[in-house]
Amino acid sequence: MNFLIASGGIAEYLIDKEFSATAAFAIAALIHAVLVIHFFAIAPLFYIWLERKVAGRIQDRLGPTRVGGKFGWLQTLADGVKLIQKEDLCPQAADRMLFRMSPYLVFVASYAAFIVVPWADGWIAQNLDVGVFFMLAVMSLEVMGVILAGYSSGSKWALFGGMREAAQVVSYEIPMAICALVPVTVLGTLNMVEISRAQAGLFTNWIVFHDPFCFLAFFVYFTVATASVKRAPFDLAEAESELVAGFHTEYSGIRWSYFFMAEYGSMFAVSGVATALFLGGWHTGVGLEAAVLEPLRQWGVDVPVRGFTVGNYVANLVGMVVFIVKGCLLVFVQMWVRWTLPRLRIDQVMMACLKYLLPISCFLFLGVTIWPLAVYQFTGKTAFGEPLGNRAAPAARERSAPQDKKASALLVPEVRS
Amino acid sequence: MKELMSWMMDYGPLAVFAAAAVGGAVAVVLTQNVVRMAFWLIISLGAVAGLFFALNADFVGAAQLLIYVGGTLVLLIFGVMLTASGPFVSIRSSSGELVLAGSAGVFLLSVVLYTACRVQWVDSAANDPRGAVALGYNASSEGNTVRPLGHSFLGARPDKDLGRRETESLTSGYLLPFEIVSVHLLVVLVGAAYLARTKKRKA
Repeated sequence: MNFLIASGGIAEYLIDKEFSATAAFAIAALIHAVLVIHFFAIAPLFYIWLERKVAGRIQDRLGPTRVGGKFGWLQTLADGVKLIQKEDLCPQAADRMLFRMSPYLVFVASYAAFIVVPWADGWIAQNLDVGVFFMLAVMSLEVMGVILAGYSSGSKWALFGGMREAAQVVSYEIPMAICALVPVTVLGTLNMVEISRAQAGLFTNWIVFHDPFCFLAFFVYFTVATASVKRAPFDLAEAESELVAGFHTEYSGIRWSYFFMAEYGSMFAVSGVATALFLGGWHTGVGLEAAVLEPLRQWGVDVPVRGFTVGNYVANLVGMVVFIVKGCLLVFVQMWVRWTLPRLRIDQVMMACLKYLLPISCFLFLGVTIWPLAVYQFTGKTAFGEPLGNRAAPAARERSAPQDKKASALLVPEVRS
Repeated sequence: MKELMSWMMDYGPLAVFAAAAVGGAVAVVLTQNVVRMAFWLIISLGAVAGLFFALNADFVGAAQLLIYVGGTLVLLIFGVMLTASGPFVSIRSSSGELVLAGSAGVFLLSVVLYTACRVQWVDSAANDPRGAVALGYNASSEGNTVRPLGHSFLGARPDKDLGRRETESLTSGYLLPFEIVSVHLLVVLVGAAYLARTKKRKA
């Protein structure tokens, strides 16, 4: 099956038009990069406006009301224009090269995480088989930029911010990875698209409702992810009341705004991972797919890739909207938490991670591996209903490129239940 | 000209990443500021991860990013932050150290070059008529390096053993080394925690 935005899609279309393979893949990669960077750049515009509105409402104010009509829609755009005009300052005590480079490092790391965000069935910039692992790997790079920014600023506020960030993110990565492993254990795949596909149907198929351990893992993951993108109440790297503005105290203008684009981008990235891993990805959860969208995929002529009909575009567009809405809801919860809870102290942040969240996530990981055995003892099957992992594997095998059935049958042992 | 274009198309990404890896490594050696060295190491190690991605080894590339760039380098910079006396530490090496490091580097390079020249770079698995590849085993349909790596860490090598007869002995995987390495890591962690604790008590 071909997909428009799946890497195979555009590249195969170009190869059909007699481009050389490398040129086709290069052009396809460029198109994917441009599409993703537009989401990555426009989402913060919306989120910053939303943040101010949410903050205003929670503090019993109105938030922005003037710029661009009644609701202040264009507030962020006006802010952006202001930031571009500002002077690009660099303190005298700073290490100039590192000071100038670190915003880009943060930006690139955050943007790279979007490579494996599954927007809709097959609509993903690069469908890596190690999607979840890749995501965790590139998210861990963002901290480098923050530490270098704090260190190279030549300011004690920034240095303290950078050090706190290093301690905090390095600690919180561990429970985050373990919590991300819980749904991976249930499904037996690290591929983002396959993980989302396995959660088709009613919302009871979502992994968050698969078993009690997954249910708890979702909340632990979300807490830890909020901390790892340094959002309040875990924003010790900024901590306005103690450190002026933490690691970005010395930054101004467009470099400063890169940090914020990266922060809001990462907020959506971790929310998107939570959506894909726990909340059914692009599926509505009310059975709309089986009733309407799957028949729709057969409808219409193929454009422009063979096997990809007009109906597929409509169905995928609906899926993409569902995915983005779910992600935005989680981002909204992060904002809600930020403006409701007071900031923790640094020792409380570290204690919460190392003494509570890490053991809890280890326990959940252990629990989810034992769960099928426990269920088997009582019901004689490894899961209530059809096991999710079983459902995912044949579906993926059917959909992926034709391969030798004999070889794959030998390599993928069937789950005997 | 056309040959050059097709060479660029085939090996362009590899050449860019290789140049970045080598250039970053050279910059690490030539820089005297510790934190800038760490920055050039990011470039160098990240480019090595890019090489892995360009060779379709997703898992190894992601592991390179996670372990070296996201883990080791963060700890390195963190260590510099905690131990450095001045804000920007610079290192100047004496000529004796230069000679020592240079000879060690030349020795290592000669070993690597010797090994690289000795290996027959023909894919022996693909040319084995009874091998798994001849039977239709396709690495890229098996999740590139992920599943083969997972299988071999569990002690099985389906990429090599698929065509073997039952009486033949199977290729051994990496279960034992894998376990030894994980136990070793655990020992290292416990040891590090122990050392850190005792230091704190004395002070």
